[in-house]
Amino acid sequence: MAEKAVNGFADDSSSDKSLKKHATGDGATVNGIEKVRNGSPDSFCDIRPSMPLFGMDIGGTLTKLVYFEPANFDEFDLEEKETLQTIHRYLIGNVAYGKSGIRDVHLEMENQTICGRTGKIHFIRFPTSQMLSFIELAKSKNFSGLASGICATGGGAYMFEEIFAKEVLLQLHKYDEMDCLLKGIHYIDRYNPFSECYFFRNPRDTELCKKMPFDFRNPYPYLVVNIGSGVSILAVRSKTDYSRVSGTSLGGGTFLGLCCLLTGCETFEEAIELASQGDSKNIDKLVRDIYGGDYSKFGLAGETVACSFGHMMSKEKRDTSSREDLARATLVTLTNNIGSIARMCAKTEKIERVVFVGNFLRVNEISMKLLAYAMDFWSNGSLKALFLEHEVRNYNLCFLCTVIVLRKRVTASILFSVLV
Amino acid sequence: MAHKSYAKSIDLPTEKAFHNICNAKRFAIDIGGSLAKVAYSSLVKKKSTMVFDEPESYGSNKGAIYNVSETDQECVRLHFVKFETKYIETCLDFIQANLIQSKECMVNKVIKVTGGGAYKYTDLVSGKLGVQVDKEDEIECLIEGCNFLLKNIPDEAFSYMRHGNPEYRFQGVDSDIFPYLLVNIGSGVSLCKVESESKFERIGGTSMGGGTFWGMGSLLTSAREFDELLELAEQGDHKSVDMLVKDIYGGNYGAIGLGADVIASSFGKAARSPRDTSVQQFKKEDVARSLLLCISNDIGQIAYLQAKLHGVKKIYFGGFFIRGHPFTMHTMTFAINFWSKGEIQALFLRHEGYLCAIGAFLKGMEEEDAERYSWGENLAGSSGLQSPKHTSASYMQKMSMDFAMLEINRLDRPLLPCPLLLDVSSYLPDTVDLMQDGDAREYWLSCFADSAHKTRDLAAKSQLHEPDAEERANLFLEKYLDRLQSLKQNPGAFGSLTVRNLLDTSTHFLEESQFTDTFSQQKQIENEQALQQLASRLKYLDGLEPAQRHLELAMGVLAGNVFDWGAKEIREILEVQEFGLQDAQAKLQKRPWLFDDFDAWLDRLTNRQPYRCAVIFCDNSGVDIILGILPFARQLLLMGTNVILCANSHPSLNDVVYTEMLLIAKKVSEVCPVLRQALEQERFRIMESGQASPCLDLRLIDEALVVAIKELEADLIVIEGMGRAVHTNFHAAFACDSLKAAVIKNKWLANRFGGEMFSVMFKYERARCISSSSSSSASLTSSPGKR
Repeated sequence: MAEKAVNGFADDSSSDKSLKKHATGDGATVNGIEKVRNGSPDSFCDIRPSMPLFGMDIGGTLTKLVYFEPANFDEFDLEEKETLQTIHRYLIGNVAYGKSGIRDVHLEMENQTICGRTGKIHFIRFPTSQMLSFIELAKSKNFSGLASGICATGGGAYMFEEIFAKEVLLQLHKYDEMDCLLKGIHYIDRYNPFSECYFFRNPRDTELCKKMPFDFRNPYPYLVVNIGSGVSILAVRSKTDYSRVSGTSLGGGTFLGLCCLLTGCETFEEAIELASQGDSKNIDKLVRDIYGGDYSKFGLAGETVACSFGHMMSKEKRDTSSREDLARATLVTLTNNIGSIARMCAKTEKIERVVFVGNFLRVNEISMKLLAYAMDFWSNGSLKALFLEHEVRNYNLCFLCTVIVLRKRVTASILFSVLV
Repeated sequence: MAHKSYAKSIDLPTEKAFHNICNAKRFAIDIGGSLAKVAYSSLVKKKSTMVFDEPESYGSNKGAIYNVSETDQECVRLHFVKFETKYIETCLDFIQANLIQSKECMVNKVIKVTGGGAYKYTDLVSGKLGVQVDKEDEIECLIEGCNFLLKNIPDEAFSYMRHGNPEYRFQGVDSDIFPYLLVNIGSGVSLCKVESESKFERIGGTSMGGGTFWGMGSLLTSAREFDELLELAEQGDHKSVDMLVKDIYGGNYGAIGLGADVIASSFGKAARSPRDTSVQQFKKEDVARSLLLCISNDIGQIAYLQAKLHGVKKIYFGGFFIRGHPFTMHTMTFAINFWSKGEIQALFLRHEGYLCAIGAFLKGMEEEDAERYSWGENLAGSSGLQSPKHTSASYMQKMSMDFAMLEINRLDRPLLPCPLLLDVSSYLPDTVDLMQDGDAREYWLSCFADSAHKTRDLAAKSQLHEPDAEERANLFLEKYLDRLQSLKQNPGAFGSLTVRNLLDTSTHFLEESQFTDTFSQQKQIENEQALQQLASRLKYLDGLEPAQRHLELAMGVLAGNVFDWGAKEIREILEVQEFGLQDAQAKLQKRPWLFDDFDAWLDRLTNRQPYRCAVIFCDNSGVDIILGILPFARQLLLMGTNVILCANSHPSLNDVVYTEMLLIAKKVSEVCPVLRQALEQERFRIMESGQASPCLDLRLIDEALVVAIKELEADLIVIEGMGRAVHTNFHAAFACDSLKAAVIKNKWLANRFGGEMFSVMFKYERARCISSSSSSSASLTSSPGKR
């Protein structure tokens, strides 16, 4: 599959054309969110890149690093071979780096063909707050000699560009986050249309709630709700026509931030684990807590949350609240809010399909089920929350390994999607 | 109810909070999760002046044209008291104790209860008060209350612009309020689209509201009370807790138009191990601010999305969350402006917390038909909008008592907009916004403070026979000065700050201390003296050539207008010397006047058809009305024009009052056959304006006057005096010809206009039509100071 993808890109167009397109794509976005942008991955071409290949997605909270390791080092010249061996010793020889860097061994992908070479793709993540340590490491291991550049996306690509260039003598080749995200989804649309997308049937009933495949062959138009640290909402009308229509600062970062403050938890995984065991009804005031039952005149069921954290106004209830309940209430509050905003955006944009993606959805299903519930609630069942298979076990879709290769006098950009 | 954690709270000062509770006729209660509002109506005693036509029978001095006495009058007042729900039991006990003493118990034994606590407290209320509890739907009450405030209370709604000048922009009374979106922020948030009095729906909501701020805020900081959290938020810096775009991108995210300081992830920086000691712990102030921002932003965004979905351009915010807090209002305004690109307007309400209580109360009053009356805020009995920004900590402590009040008077008669106005919706009576104009604010506030002592003396003197007059007069002075002081700190606390508003405030505080017409005796003497000169004045005028006569009539009106006890400089002259019409005429600025349209006026009178009907809003008693206005009106009558002469309904300074005017008209009939005949034929009508101020708010004039203006097809409006034509209506545009005449008797103001003391304004303007108003109003909107 991956091979096909690469070939697909490779025979597309000349390098000059692709560069021009890329440039106009960037230029058109500067003025604001309304502009339509070129979102097709096919517009980038392939020239056999030099090794090693790195891709980085530097988010507000988490940095995701992808490394493609060719299977056979002997195909390379001596200099390159040495480089590859150094990396191998350090990166692949370990599963944890420093205090908080982790290599997700279970995500490792073998037998991938990229730019005509076969090899393994490795995934490493660490908190963006540790970026300076990473740079120190890169410096001490003399990474600067290893590659002519790293492809990067996410806000950090801009944030850390200068320091990478100065400290490590590494150039960050920046790719717009939204572009990368959309390219990822288009890739799915093209190569995995039958089993990639799914939704939850009966989202309001915990017992009957069931995961069902969704036919995503004719996806347009659709809304993408990308939940990272914050939330971006994009309306996608065709492969090339999309715009950011809204967003909210209440996203994954808010969930984790509040959980750390409220429960003293340390990691996202821990926060999700707490939430999965908690009961938000001990924290939130429901309609029935205020009206004694349904507020039927305006169609509000007694079970509806009337006031998030409403019980916490009472000292007694604050004193008896549990960490699990607090984490759960935080998660419910945020997913409800995201669902509500997404529903209104969908209605405003007259779009019926809403796809949720982003780093926030990793680890387990609870957030997705809550989002499915929220969408069902706010739209009275008329809108379905759609999810993508790859969300579950990957870092995030938006991280496509974006690879740039710089060669003597020949500049070529290659962008290709790696599905994990 | 008393809870351990409340032990430190001050008890509710019931006596202070529940004015006139013994006379309470009808109750409604809105019990929310955190605040409770009690509404009741009562009959309030008020002094009023009566004038009598039979001086002999009262044995008064010979030659008196009428006699004056004060009587007690009762008027209907609505009281709304807001306090924390924890005091509900204290409150009910107090009501019970007072109602049992009261002879007149509640009219019907039903009490309207609404709010989330309605079901929870039903038994408590009915048990304590021995009444039947009638539950009313919260959202219906909310909307009814909102409509009532928007239609009746001037300056109820305002927009807020941080660093703007003014920061608060008040909306005036709007007759055309629909459609709008009402965002009620209680514990949770409800969004309702209101299309008419009867058509509305709840279109959405969010569970992140005031209760979330309070609940989560209490978990995250040590603050226990809502206001405490707001205070923390005021001092904090969210940048240490929130992840901004620049924290991720190092600068702007230009590609999607996000500025560097836009919050990318609320609480994003808190996403770290609490055991990470390498970084400082978060300050509770910063956390509180981040929380407030996050919730306000979210509500703003959701309100915008709903408004856009439903095609509504105005969003009003009600509930208990905002509390006049500038930071919150700024955040919401910013959010709505940001998303709507200025298309949709965020509007806040001065009485956001009372909507439900007002609605519930009105529901209980339906049989009395609240619609039939006009209502006015009692500025002396209402709490202002609090603004922590403008106040020191100690002042805040003083202000944040455990209750707040709103009092609304039922006015005797319905008031309607003047049909002669070119465009009621864009009409604002006031010439200068004192919130915007710092110099003017400083001048007028100190000017009013200076003259407050004089008013105190006059008030005490007006009731020499009353033993407690002195004490009440002192109380007036104390409270009024206190109010002026607080307006200095927080100018927008009671709506737009204008000279008109300051004059009303003084009147309300006088009324509150049981004073009414402090000038009644002075007016009586001046009317008598002027009346004696009327015959010779008319004879003199009749002997003049027409052109000369018109000039002399105009001069008479202007000279008469010098007799104004409201102007400090004039008071000083009148107090010490004999001063007649000729003396006043000599003081006037020589032509050309500061605003001099006399030639155009003369041309209109001499060369064209006479006016059908002139409506004259008169000013002072004595020389002004009798030797200035009446001869002027007489000339119009002689030319074939009908005249409606409008006098204030209620006393204010030495302005002539309607009841006095009726008697004066009767006396002048004995002197002048022209006027007598015109009165008999009803070509000359004396009417009340509905006003109680030296200023003139043409949005609210007496219904009967409106009918007469339409019936007689008035085609000329004459507005006389500094209060009516300079402080207000200077910019007013009319659909008919208008004449604005005044003498500027205040040195500061005259200088502002680029003139001297006794500068003359004689502004004659032809009728305008809507289409041309935009071009002509541009020249008029330049502030008087720039002329």
